[in-house]
Formats: sequence, structure tokens, C-alpha cells
Amino acid sequence: MKRFRGFIQKEFYHIFRDKRSLFILFGMPIAQILLFGFAITNEINNVDIAILDHSKDATTEEIINKIGASKYFSIQQIIEKEADIETIFKKGKVKAVLTFEKDFSKNLIKEHKATVQIIADATDPNTANTISNFVNAILQKYQNELNKEVTIAYQIVPETRMVYNPELKSVYMFVPGVMTIILMLVSAMMTSISITREKELGTMEILLVSPIKPFQVILGKVFPYIFLSIINAIVIVLLSLFIFDMQVQGSLFLLGLESVLFIVSSLALGILISTISASQQTAMMISLMGLMLPVILLSGFIFPISSMPLPLQIISNIIPAKWFIIILKGIMLKGVGIQFIWKETLILFGMTVFFIGLSIKKYKIRLE
Amino acid sequence: MEHNKVIQVTHLTKTFGDFTAVNAISFEVEKGEIFGFLGANGAGKTTAMKMLIGISTPTSGKARVAGFDVFTHAEDIKRNIGYMSQKFALYDDLTVKENITFFGGIYGLSRKQIREKSALLIDELGLEKVAHSLVGALPLGWKQKLSFSVSLIHDPKIVFLDEPTGGVDPIARRQFWEMIYKAANRGTTVFVTTHYMDEAEYCDRVSIMVNGRIEALDTPKKLKEQFKAANMNDVFLKLARG
Amino acid sequence: MLPIIFVLPLLQLVILSNAATFEVQHIKFGFIDNDHSVSSRALIEKFQASTYFDVFTNFPSNSQASKAMLKGEIDVVLDIPQFFERDLQKEKQNHVGVTINAIDGAAAGVENVYITQIIQNYNQHLKVDLQQISDQKTQAIRIETIPLFWYNETLNYKTFMVPGILVLLVSMITLFLSGMNIVREKEIGTLEQINVTPIKKSQFIIGKLFPFWVIGMGLLTVGLLLAKVIFDVPMLGSLVLMYAYTSIYILVILGIGLFISNFTDTQQQAMFIAWFFVVIFILMSGLFTPIESMPPWAQLVTEFNPIKYYVEVMRMVMLKGSGFLDILPLLIKTLLYAIVMNGLAVWSYKKTT
Repeated sequence: MKRFRGFIQKEFYHIFRDKRSLFILFGMPIAQILLFGFAITNEINNVDIAILDHSKDATTEEIINKIGASKYFSIQQIIEKEADIETIFKKGKVKAVLTFEKDFSKNLIKEHKATVQIIADATDPNTANTISNFVNAILQKYQNELNKEVTIAYQIVPETRMVYNPELKSVYMFVPGVMTIILMLVSAMMTSISITREKELGTMEILLVSPIKPFQVILGKVFPYIFLSIINAIVIVLLSLFIFDMQVQGSLFLLGLESVLFIVSSLALGILISTISASQQTAMMISLMGLMLPVILLSGFIFPISSMPLPLQIISNIIPAKWFIIILKGIMLKGVGIQFIWKETLILFGMTVFFIGLSIKKYKIRLE
Repeated sequence: MEHNKVIQVTHLTKTFGDFTAVNAISFEVEKGEIFGFLGANGAGKTTAMKMLIGISTPTSGKARVAGFDVFTHAEDIKRNIGYMSQKFALYDDLTVKENITFFGGIYGLSRKQIREKSALLIDELGLEKVAHSLVGALPLGWKQKLSFSVSLIHDPKIVFLDEPTGGVDPIARRQFWEMIYKAANRGTTVFVTTHYMDEAEYCDRVSIMVNGRIEALDTPKKLKEQFKAANMNDVFLKLARG
Repeated sequence: MLPIIFVLPLLQLVILSNAATFEVQHIKFGFIDNDHSVSSRALIEKFQASTYFDVFTNFPSNSQASKAMLKGEIDVVLDIPQFFERDLQKEKQNHVGVTINAIDGAAAGVENVYITQIIQNYNQHLKVDLQQISDQKTQAIRIETIPLFWYNETLNYKTFMVPGILVLLVSMITLFLSGMNIVREKEIGTLEQINVTPIKKSQFIIGKLFPFWVIGMGLLTVGLLLAKVIFDVPMLGSLVLMYAYTSIYILVILGIGLFISNFTDTQQQAMFIAWFFVVIFILMSGLFTPIESMPPWAQLVTEFNPIKYYVEVMRMVMLKGSGFLDILPLLIKTLLYAIVMNGLAVWSYKKTT
């Protein structure tokens, strides 16, 4: 135990002496939370659109004003002919063009029907689709206003309640994701690097020749990162509380336990990476290139898993981050207890045991 | 008599698949001896040494180090030996004192022992002024001396040195060998691999490995007579050419 | 190492390009029918007929529906009150409750639009089915919208993601490798040896970075081939233009890598700093989320993001067939960036060694 304590002390020296890494280690979660809270959103806001109005009458003007007034769109340009559409799309700024047919008002009065074309630059299908939906919604509302005096039709009005995130803040969606990515990458990358570093510098050999047990070496390396990761998790929770007013709905104690479980599983993954890589460079490339994109894309962090093709939905099951994000959303936003997330917890636990077992096996083979 | 043999090796063999890295070597090293373990790169000396220090299991043969069997008591061996690798192996981002404390700690020294040892060690090496500087800032020669002293911190019966003087100037090498003699005089057995043939002359006895076998083993003086050579370098060249 | 540089990124290109879709589909739909009338069943059938909704669980009570939502088994709940049909006929207006899991605010917004559309659609039918003749004094007007999706009529997300992910992989690999390279020599100690040889510093730097430039171009080539063969991504614009732009772009990244390398002592630090910037660059590149939706200050920050330029250029040239003049402003900015970064990198290299 005494040997072990000295070992951990030495690891802390390594970490605290390296100011730049330490700065990144703690700066990263702060920067990401702030970015996601203030800058990045998967909603549509202020999209630049252009108008091609063949009619130029009172009705089209009113519609254009309504669209310009909405927070979703900003009217960038009024164009005069169809041929201009291609040109402005190629420049890339304008994402959609609304085209009003000739005699729009007249048609509306005479035929009770008029047409608006939404020409969207669908190189970004997400934005294109959403633009089309939102323009549609604005026009529908306008149409209902016009029809108010006319019809007394039966109608059903939906009373919509947005639960868990009534103000539709996108930071609510991103906080669990950011927390997962940070904990995962920091833990996996830091451990794999710090172990391979000892190998590369030759100190690992010295440690193996000494009476300290290999598992003590690994435990000693991993322990400080559990500590640092927990601090990171706390910082993230506090930031989202004080800056974005995002309360943790469920039990803080449960949140802490689940976080420790996830941190341990990431550390085990880091150990596994270190056992299969001989140099820091390899360890880093594996943990960065191999983990970063899959974790961002397949965990449900930004993109909904349910919209992915079936094979990818199946693959996403082997990403520990996916399960942790479900757990975090459950505890932080929905306020659920363990009875709702025991399945996810069990899966995460199983993965942790698997990583640890595999790395012990690999580690032994290397020693032979 | 038996008691004085701190390393006893008989027919020790290590194979990797079809390749025999160490081929049935046998030798003995006595207490307090400086034993030179020579050989060209790839001759198998590092593999042989790794089996003796307990981080590689032999394929066959027998070996006892510090009285313990390498097959069954590798952990006991580790407590009784010191090791300094050819890669310089202290932590650059720890201070001189912190390095000493750390290595003392993993060898299970008490806090009091560590305090005494590090005071003694820093005094012997004349490192008082840099005791609290990072090791990374020291010149290579100093680092190597420190590294050697650290490998002796738990008073091991045997110290294994793997090409300890690579890359340092002749004066520093000279000083380093003085430290080796001092340790040997205190009764520590020194097992050293090197490819500097002039250093082989400083050893009590040397063995020369060629292609996994020990081809020669005796005092430098007797080897020179046997091979009718002016110095150890010629002995080595004659052996290596077959 | 080679498999990590080539196989890993390209495998990711093939697999992950399928993952990135914001399309809201397969919405798990639950309902509580307290009325069990013809009207209530007709409304539910409308939802079942829509392609956006899935699952369709009938819950006997509100509490059970909430529980299912907590477990994540359903995304939206439609709550039809008792006497729905009777009241509708009497009052001509009635309410239904809609509960949406809004953790993903953007998806919730879209789900809301879909639900509203279906209910409006149902209202139109109500008019036809229930409306009495006497009410039909005037006809309601209708504004029809016809969406046209240019460059990507079927809204194929892969067409959109493949160029973007390719950009990311090229950037990440070249940045990580160049950022680690010189600091690795520093750490191992070989840099000192090189500094005493008569080789000129500029020669040394070019010699070190050239292989990474080649690797970047190689990755682009294989990536483009895969994009064409596997995803059949359209390539409307000129390949020469793409390569010309990429060759300058990689210089920017290598400059950044070298700069990081000069200011760090260990590979770990270099990688950490590179990672920090890569994550911010990726998130602010417009690759996954639209840049236009960011506040003005954040949009200003993206002006310093090289990945943003590359994503834009690749999408413009590949998917829209934009020409030299269309991308010229971006090209000039990138070129300036390359000159400034490499200038800084060489300058700092001389200062630190």
C-alpha cells in the first residue's frame, strides 16, 4: 500500500508539472460547454433566403414580411429572374429561394388557390428539409388567418406540451453528449498515452524489474485520471447549472456513481489501447482517430440513432458512450431513478468487465 | 562455496518460434564479482539478461539468481536485484529528490530509510545544488550516475547494468566505472553488458556471446593469452569472425 | 501505423457517412384513446398512415404513457379526451393533448410540425365529413407550397456527409501527424543531432512535412474513389480545382501542426492541443450544424476555421459544380492562411531551437 501511494504521488507530479496538458484537460470541457450553449445549435435560425416574386402584390408582400419577421429566416436578396437562382446558389450563401407565381392574389381570390415554390439548395438536406417545413408552417398559419372569417369549420386544436426541455434549448441536448465525449476521450487517451510513454522512455522496464506488481503499476497510472475526470464531470454539471440553468432532475448520487462507472470503463479501454500499441504515437492515433468520430457520430450525441440505417443502429450498441448518454439524459433531464436505467447500467458494467479482462490477458501475453 | 555463487546458470535456453535466441548457455558469477557480458547486437545478451531479471520466462534450462529460481521465484529475485537499462530511465519531469523517493518507495523502503539514503546519495554524487531541479535539466553524465545510484538504493545483492555508458564522454565513463568498483568493493555483484571493448578490460571476468552461445569465458588477461590478442577488441573480432 | 493512417479513416468514411442524418423519422408514437369513437380512431389512423411515425402503442392511462416516455420507449403521446366526438359535434372545436419529448429541441420542433400538419389535414376532412351544407357559404382559400430540392432531389444525406467527413479525416490525419512529428524528435532527443548537421532549417522542415502532404493527398484520392464507387456521390465540378485547393489547404494544416509542435515539449502536449483545436474546428465547421444559425460573434470566429473553408469548397465544387471564380474568395483566404501559419511556424521554429 505504501508503495502504491508513492506511485500515485508520482503520477500527480507528472500531471501537474505539465501545465499545457492540464490547461487543455480542464479548458476543453469549459470551451465545449460554452460553444454548445452559445454558438452551436442544430436548429435553423436566420437562414439566408432570396425571393423571386413574379406577382408583386399586396398578398405576396404580406407573406414576404411575415417570413422576414420570423426568426428562422433572413431575406438576403430579391431576385428578378429564374436564371439568377443558379448563380446565387453557386456562391453558396443563400440556401433557398421562394418563388411566387404570377397573379398570386388574383388566383387566391378567383381560384381560392395560389402556389409558392420553395427552391432549396439541398446539398445540405437537413437544412433544406427544415426550411421547407418551416416555410410551410408560416404559410399555413397565414392561410388560417385569412380563412378565419370565412369558415366555421370543425377543428381540432392540438395542445402541445414539450416535456423535459420546455424551452427547446439545444444545450440540454448537448450537455450529456459533451460530458460523455470529454470523459471518454480524456480517460482513454490520457491513460493509453501515459502508459505507452513509460514504455517508450524505458521506465516501464525498470518498473517491471522492481518488486511492484504490474497491476499496481496500471492501477497507479489510472487512479489520478479517475480523480481528474470526476472533477471534469463536476465542472460540466456546475457550468450547465449556473450558465444555462440546467438543473439535474434526478439523484446527484446516482449521477456520480454512473459517471464513475463510465470513467472506469473508458480507462479500461485506454489500458487496452496501451497494451496493443508500442509507441505514444500509435496510442494517440488509435484513441483519437479510432474513438473521436465514432463516439461523436454513433452515440446519439448529435444525430438521432433511430434515424440511422439498421446496421449502424446495431453497431451503435457496442459504443459505451451510447449507453452513458441514455443514462445521463435519464438522470439529468428526465429525473429517473435506477429502475428506469438498470439495463443500460448493466450493459456498461459488462463492457467495463470485458475491457479489463481483455487488457489483463493482453498484458500477460506481452510480458512473456 | 555454493553460497558465494550468486548467479548459477545451466543450459539456459530461450526460443521464439523457430529462432533460438539463447542457446543452452551455462555460467556462474561469484559474489562481489564484476562480470562483463559481451556480444554483438543480436547475439542474445539482452534476452539472456531479461530471463535473469525475471521479466522473461526461459524455454528450458536452469537458473538461480540471488539464490532464487527464475522459474518459480521471479518475484523474490526482483526484490534482491537492481537494474539500470540502456535507455536512460529516470523521470525527466520529476526532481532529483522526487526520483530517489519514488524508486525508494517502490522497493519498499521506509520513509526514514529513504530520507537517509537520499541524503547520502546526493552528498556522494555532489548533487546538493540540483536536488530540487528537474532531472531533465541535468547533463547526461550526471543522469547516468544518478540512475546507477538509484538502482542501488535498496542495497541489492546483484545489480544488472544494460549498456550503461552509451553516449557519454570518456571522462564520464571513467567516473562511472569508479562508481562500479566502489559498489563491487561493498560486496555488490555487478553484471554488466557493454560493447565498449576497453570497458571489458575493467571486468573481473567476461563472457562473449556469439549467435546465442557463450563462446568464451574467462578473465580478460587469460582470454588475451588464449586468443593471442593484444587487447579485448582483437579477442572479440577473432571470435565474431569465427 | 500505416493501417491507422489509411484503413481506419477510410473505414470510418464508409461507415460513418451513413450515420449523420438529422432526418426525423421513425418517431415512436403512443396514444391514449379515452373516447373510443369513430372520430378518435380516424385521427389515430391518420398518424398510422404517415411515414414518419412508428411503433403505435395504445396506453390505457396517462401515467403509463409517461412511464414509457421516461424509459425512452416512445417519443410523442397523443391524448384524446373522453367525449371527444360528442364535444366536437357540439362545440365545433375540441382539443387533443400532445406531449413531445423535447430533449432534442430541434427534433421536437420538427415532430411538432409533422403532428400539426396531420391534425390540420384531418380538419380538412372533418369539414367535408361533418360540415353541414348551410355552412358552405364561402370557400376556404389554400396556399399551396411546392418544395423543390436542387442538387440533391431525393434529400440523400450521404451526398451531403461524404465530402464533409472526407475533409475531416484528411485534416485530422495531417494535423495529428505533423503536430506530433517534430516534438517526437525533440522528446527522443534526435532533434539536437539534426540541429548540429549542416542541413538548413527550411530544408529540414520541408523534408519533414512533405510526406504528410503526400499522405493527405493520397487520402483525398482514395476517399474520392470510395465516394464515387460506394456512395455514387455526384462530382459535378472540376477534379483539378479540388486537388488544387486541397494542396493549398493541407499546407495550412501542416503549418498549424508545426506551430503546435514548436510550442510543446512532449507528444502528449502536442496531441492534446491539436485535439482541442480539432474538436472546436469540427464543431464550428458547418459540417454537422448550420453556421447561419450561430450568433454573429460565433460566425466571426468561424472565419478562422480552416476546416470550415474546406468543407464549403468541397461541397460547392463536388455537389454544385461551382467553378474557379465561385470559390476564389475562399481560395484567397486559404492561401493567406497558409502563408501566415507557415510563416509563424518557421519563425517560431528558429526562435525555439
